[in-house]
Amino acid sequence: MIPAAFEYERVESVDAAIAALQADDGAKLLAGGHSLLPQMKLRFAMPTKLVDIGRLRDLSYIREDDGGVAIGALTRYHDLEASDELRQLAPIVSSVAGQVGDPQVRHMGTIGGSVAHADPAGDMPAVLLALGATFVATGPDGTREIGADDMFPGLFQSALANDEVLTEIRVPKTPGGWSYQKFTRRAQDWAVVGVAAVRMNGSANVSLTNMGLTPLRAGGVEEALAGGADPATAAERADEGSAPPSDSFGSEEYRRALSKVLVRRALEEALA
Amino acid sequence: MATTETFIGQPVLRKEDPELITGQANFIDNWTMPGMVWMALARPPYVHATIDGIDTTEAASMPGVVGVYAAADFDLGALPFVWPITEDIKVPVHYALASDKVRFNGDAVAVVVAETREQAIDAAEAVAVTATELPAVIDMEQAAKDEVLIHDDLGTNSVVHWSHGGAGDHSIFDSAPVVVQERYAQPRLIPNAIEPRGCLAYGVPAMDEWTLVSSTQIPHIVKVTLSGVTGIAEQKLRVIAPDVGGGFGSKLNVYAEEALALGLARKLGRPVKWIEGRRENYVATTHGRGVIHDCTLAGTEDGKILGLKFVELADMGAYYQLLTPGIPELGGWVYMGPYDPDAYWYEFTGIVTNSTPTDAYRGAGRPEATYVIERLVDSFARRIGKDPVEVRRMNLKPAFAEASTAISGLNVDSGDYEATLDTALGLVEYDKLRAQQRDGRERGDTKQLGIGLSTYIEMCGLAPSNILGALRYAAGGWDGATIECLPTGKVLVKTGTSPHGQGHETTWAQIVADGLGVTPDDIEVLHGDTLITPLGMDTYGSRSVSVGGAALHFAVEKVKAKARTIAAHELEVAEDDLEWGDGSWHVTGAPDKAKTIPEIAFSAWHAHSLPEGTEPHLNATAVYDPPNFTWPGGAHICVVEVDTETGATEIVKYVAVDDCGTVINPMIVDGQIHGGVAQGVAEALYEEAIYDESGNLTTSTMTQYLVPTAVEVPTITTDGSHQTPSTTNPLGVKGIGEAGTIAAPPAVINAVIDAVSHLGVTAIEKPASPERVWRAIRDARSDQGNGRGGAA
Repeated sequence: MIPAAFEYERVESVDAAIAALQADDGAKLLAGGHSLLPQMKLRFAMPTKLVDIGRLRDLSYIREDDGGVAIGALTRYHDLEASDELRQLAPIVSSVAGQVGDPQVRHMGTIGGSVAHADPAGDMPAVLLALGATFVATGPDGTREIGADDMFPGLFQSALANDEVLTEIRVPKTPGGWSYQKFTRRAQDWAVVGVAAVRMNGSANVSLTNMGLTPLRAGGVEEALAGGADPATAAERADEGSAPPSDSFGSEEYRRALSKVLVRRALEEALA
Repeated sequence: MATTETFIGQPVLRKEDPELITGQANFIDNWTMPGMVWMALARPPYVHATIDGIDTTEAASMPGVVGVYAAADFDLGALPFVWPITEDIKVPVHYALASDKVRFNGDAVAVVVAETREQAIDAAEAVAVTATELPAVIDMEQAAKDEVLIHDDLGTNSVVHWSHGGAGDHSIFDSAPVVVQERYAQPRLIPNAIEPRGCLAYGVPAMDEWTLVSSTQIPHIVKVTLSGVTGIAEQKLRVIAPDVGGGFGSKLNVYAEEALALGLARKLGRPVKWIEGRRENYVATTHGRGVIHDCTLAGTEDGKILGLKFVELADMGAYYQLLTPGIPELGGWVYMGPYDPDAYWYEFTGIVTNSTPTDAYRGAGRPEATYVIERLVDSFARRIGKDPVEVRRMNLKPAFAEASTAISGLNVDSGDYEATLDTALGLVEYDKLRAQQRDGRERGDTKQLGIGLSTYIEMCGLAPSNILGALRYAAGGWDGATIECLPTGKVLVKTGTSPHGQGHETTWAQIVADGLGVTPDDIEVLHGDTLITPLGMDTYGSRSVSVGGAALHFAVEKVKAKARTIAAHELEVAEDDLEWGDGSWHVTGAPDKAKTIPEIAFSAWHAHSLPEGTEPHLNATAVYDPPNFTWPGGAHICVVEVDTETGATEIVKYVAVDDCGTVINPMIVDGQIHGGVAQGVAEALYEEAIYDESGNLTTSTMTQYLVPTAVEVPTITTDGSHQTPSTTNPLGVKGIGEAGTIAAPPAVINAVIDAVSHLGVTAIEKPASPERVWRAIRDARSDQGNGRGGAA
């Protein structure tokens, strides 16, 4: 319950953060810390250095932009939850932020940290996947954009390079027709299974939390919907292409069954 | 200050709370001393292995390390085990550090001392152990085959067999019109005191005088047993239990780390401190439960219970801790519940496995018993197609105010079980709920209502010393109390019980306040320090008020008797002319001619004119050995909604009607019920210690081991209107510390099963996780498709 020894540096700019990452291969960025620090306490993660970007307040914002919404990567869950603007423009992001962990976690944890950590059981990655978000990464050579479908290549892996800082997340305006079905044992737990559904272009984008090594789009469901299937029928294809884990929270078999129930409920709510 | 106000029965605010809620309480982690060093244990990553070598070289060279020590570096006896429940019990040898074999996840082989805690923990990880791994046996039934022996010298893993002895005509188990046979498994639980264990040992080496400050429930028992383990003379060993952040039985024990800290302080001449980590707590502190029962109920078609029979397997873990095999035995006396069958049988076999030792966990044997009898009664009701209320009502022992012998052979002090059931049914609006349930079933709602009952009794107030002796327990069950009336009118109370959240400072003050006619604010209650308090037997088993509180009552009586002598002398009347009333001794018929206790205390202190033969100072000590246990009872009803698609359960209503005899502080009693029910709900729906096949605890952090939070714990409606006085003690008190945890698990599980019983489900095990419930529904539906009943 005590982390291995590490160095610590608080940086005042994104450039300084990038420089610090380049200087030490074992360095990790520290934002809210609510994913990284527990892993360090268990000594599952043993970074040589923590580069603390938690006070880069320039990276905490929500603004209407280019027909969408731009969210600074260091915006904390609580600020997402409390933002009237976000509640109007992309209510699923605001609502789900309010379902992450507990109040202490939500006052520290950041949306960018959740994305960079790429935990398949995290809520934000699946929601952003369903929204088709665009991720802005800043590295030594400037910024680049990463599409949602490319952002989560593997378990606890994001598309960010070692010396890149996630600086902004852009999502489309999606004021109506959405649902996030989060099934937990206890309120503050990670989802056993989560389902995000967002009404888009007359159909719905659907994604799954904790149904595989990465957050997943429920391709089978989306295809069925596009073909005119009703929610209950489409939901039967919820687990297509998924590889849910078996653990003390639920077996693979249970998760598959649960995903169908939750997809149906999500579609019924989002398409109502 | 003298007062005529009475305090027993009033919700007096807790005297303990200001320091707790302002962060000024003195938990062991707050203690520090000059020259103090830290201890950490090296627990190798083996479950079952022969130790080939321990290399401490690297650890010893690490920063801040004072020394690294293995078993041979200490002169410590075996750790205490005080309840050899049968003559032929096999007792595993258990030392503070393992030297031959590692037998479970939590076994330590070396201890590191360093200048800081962090240095000690880092160095402990660097202790290199070479070992030959052996197959691990976690499953009791597998262990019982003796294919792998945990302790070679014992020759078997089935280390103890105990039978209650039975009563009545057992042919009924074959010949009764209805025979219900069921098997219930109750998984291991982790007690999860919010404060893990910790201790600090220091002393005066030249005098061989030592103090152990430990987060324990039992400073007196720690003192006497560790005196034996360490060889420190008992009068030179002081044990202090500071503010203790919960125990739930896990700190009703004497642990390796306490012995090692004393051994190291003695070896090094420096204060040695140890604070347990949470993961360490999960493997190296005791677990609870871990039992399987085969149960038989013999009954009639109309619902009369004729006989009850229970055959239990109990997981001891890798060693015995202080009481291990005594825990199932304690339950063995209450498997009949509040019912009155004609035949009774209980037996258990204790089995050692490669897992954390089990021991007392809130309720200790009685929750295990209550769970199986209450599940069984519901199964019986389903079998004969009757309402579970009706079956219970037919079998509840009628109200009795004098002690009456139960079928298990012990005398139950008093009880009125049906009254508590009636109150609970009224509070929960039972008939209305059943109507709602019928409607929901007819509509085929996704969420189905379930109603679960638990009518229970428990055996508290441990215990009459002669009975403990007959049960082969090594100590007695008495307790002591001292009262000192100070010259300014204040009162010092010292108790042999050792609270760790129960509110003794308040409750004890209420007892003394009423007895002596002063206010609780005038009274200071001291506890948890063997140098200050009278000898006692500490706090566990809902014993404190019915034994320690009763001792206090007798000390009050002694003080009042001495005060009467002094008052008579000062008022120049005969003692017989005085009567006690309105908080003073006054002349009968002349209430103005009176002396209050503070006035008499002042006279007794200056002692200028005391009656012939009266010692100065108004004080008394009483030691009380109860003539019987105390037997609370009650009825809990849980109402749930089960989502039949996901298996998720939500508790929508919870009613607890507990009769714990005379209530001294109803607010504290309510608090005990709330906490107990919360732990019972946890047991029913959330908590389960799970090992993987190789014997590693997979629920090793609070992320996987699901302690529910305030969000998951339901609103609890309590009712304290039934207070059948105990005939065991003069206060009429029974005990309430464990009732919630005893009553709640079957109420919740019975409710979950009830919610889906119309789908053909007849059984769901603890904890009723969504997946377990989902599987039960699915299996029942497919079985019904095949024309069979369903179970999971």
